[in-house]
Amino acid sequence: MIALRNVSKWYGEFQVLQDVSLSVARGERIVICGPSGSGKSTMLRCINRLERHQQGSIVVAGVELTDDQRRIDAVRRDVGMVFQQFNLFPHLTVLENCALAPIWVRRMPKREAEALAMHYLARVRIPDQAGKYPGQLSGGQQQRVAIARSLCMSPRIMLFDEPTSALDPEMVKEVLDTMVSLAEEGMTMLCVTHEMGFARQVADRVVFMDAGRIVEAGEPRAFFDAPQHERTRLFLGQVLH
Amino acid sequence: MRSRRDRAGAAATAVVAACLGYLGFRFLQWGVVHAHWALPPGAASSLCRASRGQGACWAVVHERFRFILLGAYPYEQQWRPALACLLFVALYAASAVRACWRPWLLGLWIGVPAVAVLLLRGGWLGLAAVPSDAWGGLPLTFLLSTVGFAAAIPPAVGLALGRRSRMPAIRVLSIAYIELLRGVPLITFLFMAALMFPLFVPQGLAVANVLRAQVAFVMVIAAYLAEVVRAGLQAVPAGQYEAAASMGLRYWPATLLVVLPQALRIMIPALVNTFIAFFKDTSLVAVIGLFDLLGAAKAVIVDPQWVGFGVEVYLFVAAVYFAFCYAVSRYTHHLETALAAGGRR
Repeated sequence: MIALRNVSKWYGEFQVLQDVSLSVARGERIVICGPSGSGKSTMLRCINRLERHQQGSIVVAGVELTDDQRRIDAVRRDVGMVFQQFNLFPHLTVLENCALAPIWVRRMPKREAEALAMHYLARVRIPDQAGKYPGQLSGGQQQRVAIARSLCMSPRIMLFDEPTSALDPEMVKEVLDTMVSLAEEGMTMLCVTHEMGFARQVADRVVFMDAGRIVEAGEPRAFFDAPQHERTRLFLGQVLH
Repeated sequence: MRSRRDRAGAAATAVVAACLGYLGFRFLQWGVVHAHWALPPGAASSLCRASRGQGACWAVVHERFRFILLGAYPYEQQWRPALACLLFVALYAASAVRACWRPWLLGLWIGVPAVAVLLLRGGWLGLAAVPSDAWGGLPLTFLLSTVGFAAAIPPAVGLALGRRSRMPAIRVLSIAYIELLRGVPLITFLFMAALMFPLFVPQGLAVANVLRAQVAFVMVIAAYLAEVVRAGLQAVPAGQYEAAASMGLRYWPATLLVVLPQALRIMIPALVNTFIAFFKDTSLVAVIGLFDLLGAAKAVIVDPQWVGFGVEVYLFVAAVYFAFCYAVSRYTHHLETALAAGGRR
């Protein structure tokens, strides 16, 4: 479904991604962790071309990402993304946030798009908030709206970039529950997160990154119980307490 | 130590208050108590002249009121510019009501100036045609500033986006335009529009003075507004573009549907500030022979009958400008608080 081969990227002199290779099968759930600045978010953002890689190749659902806008459009139609800061559009209601892309990208009639939006808002269990503005919702509700908004484009892959890091502790669970149910339905997911409980529960593979490289990757049990690398042990020691 | 400073402060306050009080008293004496408000029937301005120095002669405003506000427009037709003024004021009032912030308001901003121009011009439905040289006073001020502002917004948005464009040619052209027009005094452009422009167009292709001034205004205001819009665009977080892009929205839909609406909201105070500045700057058209509000006032002052009563006329005109600008300014304050409380993240 996704194949990164020897991907490298630089910000000026600084190399954020070094020779990163990763392939993800259909329906696979990947959790990516690592210290800040290790390139996790950058890798995720290269997959839907919010960032441009400079070396190597990225193929998403059979389409290789180049500067060709049509290819980028094709990939973005298949890939949804959820951000740490939610990035809901504050001037639009929850319903309008969700219906915007179906109307303007999929050319769906307004009524149909709103029905679709209501369907996904019901799935994240906040259909009653449809008429409100994002600023009137709690952080957890906003993030669930953001997930619903992505789902409205019927993506085959979902990227989560630290979806719970900006939330108050008591709101983390409602967002994780939404993500778990999405995983159970067979969505292909890549999640950058430090929620190790979530990783144990749903991940097929956990990827550990440091200094722009993938240090190791493995099934959650093997990864948590018997990490291969010293760097991974050090990191897990810090996040698992 | 503390009390000495307090005493000094109190003394200074008392001195300033006394000075202001004295000036206020003198002004009241001059402007109200000893003032001539109107001329008795049949009297001439010499009545005012006799008490010059002691009392203001508001009679000049009373007598020449219509000329100051409506210019040299034919007297018996002056209901037309008066109606145009009312339309403009109604337009401003409608724009101030948030319930009216709907697409049709945009139509109103195009429609009202168009109707105003038709009213002033005449030549239809039996309305006598009036050449644009005779338009003047408040309607001209409204027309130049409203059209100048409304017509400048689309190019300003284009220039602001152009300045942030990734395409070098567009970026350089936008920057060049903005910097050139902001770097040259407005009055220069008015002179160019009035004096140089006719030299370059073939004989017989006359473009009315008003129109040339109007175009000059639009061009200059667009450059200033472009910077306002740019600041607004920069204030929208990058995450908003990214969210839009990740959902598959391309540059134009993302800009028009997601970024610009948020930027416009942030820009309102700066937009109004620019409007106030140019509302008053329209008075510069006096230098190219157009009689806007200030120009008409000047024409009254050089009238032999009223020569020497400039202070009264200028005070009146200043009061008119102030009334409009202060209303706009108060409204923006109100709007800022209202929008800040409007439940934004």
